[in-house]
Amino acid sequence: MTESNKTAAMMERRDFLAVAGSGVIALMATAMVPGKAFAKPEDAAKLISEYTGGKTVQDGKVSLKLPQIAENGNTVPVTVMVDSPMTADNYVKKIHLVSEGNPTPYVVSFNLTPQSGKAEVSARMRMAKTQNVVAVAEMSDGSFFATKKQIKVTIGGCGG
Amino acid sequence: MAKKPRVKVPKSAKKGEIIQVKTLFSHKMETGLRKDKKTGKLIPRKIINKFECLFNGKPVFSADIHPAVAANPYFAFNCRAEESGAFEFKWHEDGGKVITAKREMKVS
Repeated sequence: MTESNKTAAMMERRDFLAVAGSGVIALMATAMVPGKAFAKPEDAAKLISEYTGGKTVQDGKVSLKLPQIAENGNTVPVTVMVDSPMTADNYVKKIHLVSEGNPTPYVVSFNLTPQSGKAEVSARMRMAKTQNVVAVAEMSDGSFFATKKQIKVTIGGCGG
Repeated sequence: MAKKPRVKVPKSAKKGEIIQVKTLFSHKMETGLRKDKKTGKLIPRKIINKFECLFNGKPVFSADIHPAVAANPYFAFNCRAEESGAFEFKWHEDGGKVITAKREMKVS
């Protein structure tokens, strides 16, 4: 084969594989989550604005502890910490965890009180695939802070 | 099948001390997205949708839970020890069932 023929052949093959590949991936995705597509970052953004009532969300105060790689998406440990004195007039009211890549963006919402003493909560999540997790904190003065972290998932945790 | 919640709370604490509470509840947390391999039908959702922690009857911490919380829901959170008394923990299952646990703590 000449150079140009080879390139043409390669390109045809690549196109074919791309089409076939996307078909296979689409099939696999629907098999994992029957009848439902995965949520997109826009769905997460929409949920966050529901939580905040559209208010500006600031950076800072919130930190998310997540493994860089989750071996098993069925159980991923997460710890969220918010910098706050947790006094009666200055405390974290709520902490929401939001998923950018699961079938739905909802994960869990924690409700804290001044008696919580410290705004640090740990839990375990299901992560369907590599994605970003967002932690949004609502303060007693009505302000919102958030942070986002990526987690790589080797085996997705949507079951079945 | 008996579902006995596991709770770790210190038996005593000093006034003002911030203590850690750990809870573990045995539950499949069926998401409603899985298919029965034999029948091909979707297995209906059944999860613990709310967890509450109260101390001497007052709310300290709670969680509104969705199917993305892993099976056997685990929560670790904090509480400022102010007076002696009892923690009450409640797990609310889809369908209305509530499972509770109590733990006492002495504060000096």
